[in-house]
Amino acid sequence: MTTDVDVADTKPAWRAHGAARRSTHALRLRVSATLVAVTVLAVLLVPPLVQLDQQAVDLAAKLRPPSWAHPFGTDDVGRDLLLRCVYGLRVSLLVGVVAALTATVIGTAVGAAAGALGGRADRLVMRLVDTLSSVPHLLLGIFIVAMFRPGVWPVVISVALTHWLSTARIVRAEVLSLRSRPFVDAAVSGGASRWRVTVRHLLPGVLPQAGLAAVLMVPHAMWHESALSFLGLGLPTHTASLGTLIQGARGSLLAGQWWPTLFPGLFLILPTLAIAGLAGVWRERINPRRRSELML
Amino acid sequence: MLELRAVTVGYDRRAPVVRDAHLTVAPGEAVGLLGPSGCGKSTLARVAALLHRPDAGEVVLDGTPVRGFRHRAPRAQRTAIGVVFQQPRLAADPRLRLADLIAEPLRATGRRASAADRVRELADTVGLTPDLLGRRPHEVSDGQLQRACLARALSLEPRWLVCDEMTAMLDASTTAALVRVVEDYRASTGAGLLSVGHDRTLLNRWCDRTVPWEAVAAG
Repeated sequence: MTTDVDVADTKPAWRAHGAARRSTHALRLRVSATLVAVTVLAVLLVPPLVQLDQQAVDLAAKLRPPSWAHPFGTDDVGRDLLLRCVYGLRVSLLVGVVAALTATVIGTAVGAAAGALGGRADRLVMRLVDTLSSVPHLLLGIFIVAMFRPGVWPVVISVALTHWLSTARIVRAEVLSLRSRPFVDAAVSGGASRWRVTVRHLLPGVLPQAGLAAVLMVPHAMWHESALSFLGLGLPTHTASLGTLIQGARGSLLAGQWWPTLFPGLFLILPTLAIAGLAGVWRERINPRRRSELML
Repeated sequence: MLELRAVTVGYDRRAPVVRDAHLTVAPGEAVGLLGPSGCGKSTLARVAALLHRPDAGEVVLDGTPVRGFRHRAPRAQRTAIGVVFQQPRLAADPRLRLADLIAEPLRATGRRASAADRVRELADTVGLTPDLLGRRPHEVSDGQLQRACLARALSLEPRWLVCDEMTAMLDASTTAALVRVVEDYRASTGAGLLSVGHDRTLLNRWCDRTVPWEAVAAG
């Protein structure tokens, strides 16, 4: 009898704990997914559908606080900030996604090559990665953008070329672990070439990790774009991006006008947090420990 | 002849797992290698299958000394030896359906066109029903997966088979079925067999001769 009572007591507690955790996960997933969906829709649909010029200057209405006509207020030359923010997010997101994808492709290729070849090639490549990692990546990024005229592509190149290192490390480690599995031995014994083993057995095994790294890198790349633009090295100041918007708003912030800084700042923070939140849910999905818990 | 001459092998040169091992398998012969767990018999089986380069000594395949191991071995030498591993779960790429698993060596060696027919034939030989061929490794039992791994090992019609504790994870009836498949294959092709294990009764009944570990390797 007593054991029955014990079981009856402990089981609901365990379940409640699990259920609470699951509902937090579900909430996080829902909020993140909604935010990302709204962001993507806004960025894709607003420019073609809304016939307003984001560059339209109205000096009579400069630095107006938020109102019904301008929900986010206007900037120092009277441009509507909501529209500027959406266009800015569009540029920042583009830079983030393209740079993250490029960095992931480079990192996966380098990591897979190092892991699959092994031996001296592996040591050489990984020492190169270590050397590059020892330079602060923002500094290296500044160095790269400084070689070009300001524009979107130099920023993409700069962020991509400085962010493939961690992906290369993750992919190499994963490939090394997969390479020692008996199924790779079986493939070798079955006459598979190095290339075939890599493409057929090793790369598909690391794709979830590489994909996760890519998604996690999107917010990071967006922050870098903003940082470079804020320093005046990234995009030209007339191009709306979250970085240039925040940079342009610095002066008015000291004069008490908070809206030109706050709204681009929120546009930078909220979508990047949402993307990171989605990536977090994904990471838990592909984590084997978590998967075994789900099977219980 | 599949010969291992004075093979010393391990994962660290300073501490070899196997020292000075000699082993010969004649064509058509079935040799059982009997040893306790952890003695290095699986490592020696990997050397015999050209999957691990020995630190010293040589492997001679049909009179030709083997110059390279793994990818450095010519494809004809590698595929002349079929391997079945102890744990089918680890020996099967988790993403491949059983049909693709069995067809993998055929595709890797450019026999894509005939692969589908050959897979059906092999599945029938090892006793896998067609519905199982569409499943992935996690959807079948250890025994069914080991049957698929055996079919894969036989797909290129190897002249030698290396079975590393092939039946250690299986029940008696599946063990009997798989041993029968191997024996039928050997009877029809005259292939040689190196079967590594720790089950004396099984090896004695299965193989032409069983050699204890002490007679193969020093210390």
